[in-house]
Amino acid sequence: MSEKIIEMQNVNKWFDDFHVLKDINLDVKLKQKIVVCGPSGSGKSTLIRCINRLEEHQKGNIIVDGVELSENTKNIEKIRAEVGMVFQQFNLFPHLSILDNCTLAPIWVKKMGKKDAEDLAMKQLEQVQIGDQSQKFPGQLSGGQQQRCAIARALCMKPKIMLFDEPTSALDPEMIKEVLDAMVNLAKGGMTMIVVTHEMGFAKEVADEVIFMDEGLIVEKQPTKDFFANPKNDRTKLFLSQIL
Amino acid sequence: MTKINFLKPNNKNLNLFLGLGSLFFILSIVDFSLNNFLGKNITFFLPRYINFFSPLIFGIIGLHFIRIEFSGIKKLDILNKNINTSNLNATLSLFIIFLLIFCIPPLLNWFIFDANISGNTKEACTGSGACWVYIKVWFNRFMYGMYPNTEQWRVNLSFAIVLAFAGAGFFMPSKYRKYLTLYYTIFLPIISFFLIYYLISGGSFGLVWVETGAWGGLSLTFIVSFFCLIFCFPIGMMLALGRRSDLPTIKYSSLGFIEFWRGVPLITVLFMSAVMFPMFLPDGVYMDKLIRVIIAITLFEAAYVAEVIRGGLQALPRGQYDAAKSLGMGYWKLHLLVILPQALKLVIPGIANTFLALVKDTPLIFVVGLLELTGMLGLAKTNPEWLGFSMEGYVFAAIIFWIICYSMSRYSQNLELKYKTDR
Repeated sequence: MSEKIIEMQNVNKWFDDFHVLKDINLDVKLKQKIVVCGPSGSGKSTLIRCINRLEEHQKGNIIVDGVELSENTKNIEKIRAEVGMVFQQFNLFPHLSILDNCTLAPIWVKKMGKKDAEDLAMKQLEQVQIGDQSQKFPGQLSGGQQQRCAIARALCMKPKIMLFDEPTSALDPEMIKEVLDAMVNLAKGGMTMIVVTHEMGFAKEVADEVIFMDEGLIVEKQPTKDFFANPKNDRTKLFLSQIL
Repeated sequence: MTKINFLKPNNKNLNLFLGLGSLFFILSIVDFSLNNFLGKNITFFLPRYINFFSPLIFGIIGLHFIRIEFSGIKKLDILNKNINTSNLNATLSLFIIFLLIFCIPPLLNWFIFDANISGNTKEACTGSGACWVYIKVWFNRFMYGMYPNTEQWRVNLSFAIVLAFAGAGFFMPSKYRKYLTLYYTIFLPIISFFLIYYLISGGSFGLVWVETGAWGGLSLTFIVSFFCLIFCFPIGMMLALGRRSDLPTIKYSSLGFIEFWRGVPLITVLFMSAVMFPMFLPDGVYMDKLIRVIIAITLFEAAYVAEVIRGGLQALPRGQYDAAKSLGMGYWKLHLLVILPQALKLVIPGIANTFLALVKDTPLIFVVGLLELTGMLGLAKTNPEWLGFSMEGYVFAAIIFWIICYSMSRYSQNLELKYKTDR
């Protein structure tokens, strides 16, 4: 539990004039689970999108698994293949069946054989309990099923790190649980996870550390128990009082 | 017995209303037909203004009586629901019925009943209708242009071979199905090119050489359309991607290319290809005018295709790009595996539109002296022996073009259904 897999040092990002991330310092160790919370517009999503460089940072260093993120495209593609991501809007590929969604990247990016990729995909789909849906298309599935498929799709790349960008925010309350269950299972399996979410129950159950962000700053960073038991910052207290 | 409300027909007095309605409706049709074809007016006793509109008035009254809700007669309900929901709807329906009565008989007369088809000379055309003899006599020219009669089997054979190869794609074993796109976009054009070069053009293997100036008619329409369609699509796709590129050189050269070709009329492009282009070629290098024309039309249409495809690219949500990137796909994998399959599916109607326009633009190649179907018509109508039959010729060409375009349109609709996987 000591090897650092993500290091962020003085990371700054601007959208034109708007300063989204302000001097972010964050270390994530292997197998650590971190939950990021905070009000909307606080830069949570931007933070985790910087980790696989869906957004570029303008200042500071981000080192993922020993590779520094820079303009070098080859580096980025290598990092992205090792960092899985799950989005708020699922972002499944609607023109491909559930199975093909899961096998596309392993076959074309990792050059896996078709048979192996399909076996792996079926295994992952079984894991999130939608193995029986593999021949359907994303449009025929419920939101919860789609999001679980998105998780399976990311896992098929055998990532070292999983990023979750508000994975349950676009779901009906009934479906949130099935997605969270899949994520809890994943966490118990020892995956390194960074989760942006408002599901505090999930944070309490799984997270090692909770980060509270506001206006582009990491306002508070504490081990889970301390974070909920005695938050130090007033802003955090206010947020927690509203959300719990 | 209760009083019958004639303003509100209902199904209690079904037969009465039906009878009255049908009577008025038939009266209306008969009145209109008699006026129209025999010049007889059965309502002459009415004042002039009412008299003129009498078919319409009878029709509206008739349809009003027929408009019975829940009549219990299925066919009547369907009729009411489709053409007779309100007085306005009934009026519009009547106008359409009158228009059909007005137009169809004369058209039928011209096309069939008064037309002549037997015989081989102009004198055989005695009727007042169309002179299909003209089409019959010139049919060969309309199909093959000035291509020598004895050599026309070469054109037929080439088309048959290309069709056979194209059709073979449908029976490809599923094992090779993934190469189908390559087969159609690379293999088929190459085959067609060799067929055209060796078989239609000739000059080797003991075949007489036929210069492209002699090619013409519908077969030339097909040749030009076929190559332009096949080439303009990939070029357009590259341009669309180029225009959205992050690299300024690629972006602005694509943009410039698209805006240039979209900004000039096709006819000037063709002129330039015929007159100006050879000046830029080094001495001794000669490019056939058919090739020049095909290149010109291809580039012209590629610019349109590019913009249509760009529309599809822009319609895709950013999340698709994010998802593909987060799985480690680079630019080409992202576009070929995720973005283009979806974008192209979205723009099938637009692409079909452009392709139809392309086929109908081919007659413009007359400016460089190539005479495809309509060009041959123009030539035929100036023949002193056959003056005055341009109407038949253009109607014939219209029908041929309509058949081609309608088949393409149907095909594109099939494609849309075939690739409809979501939503």
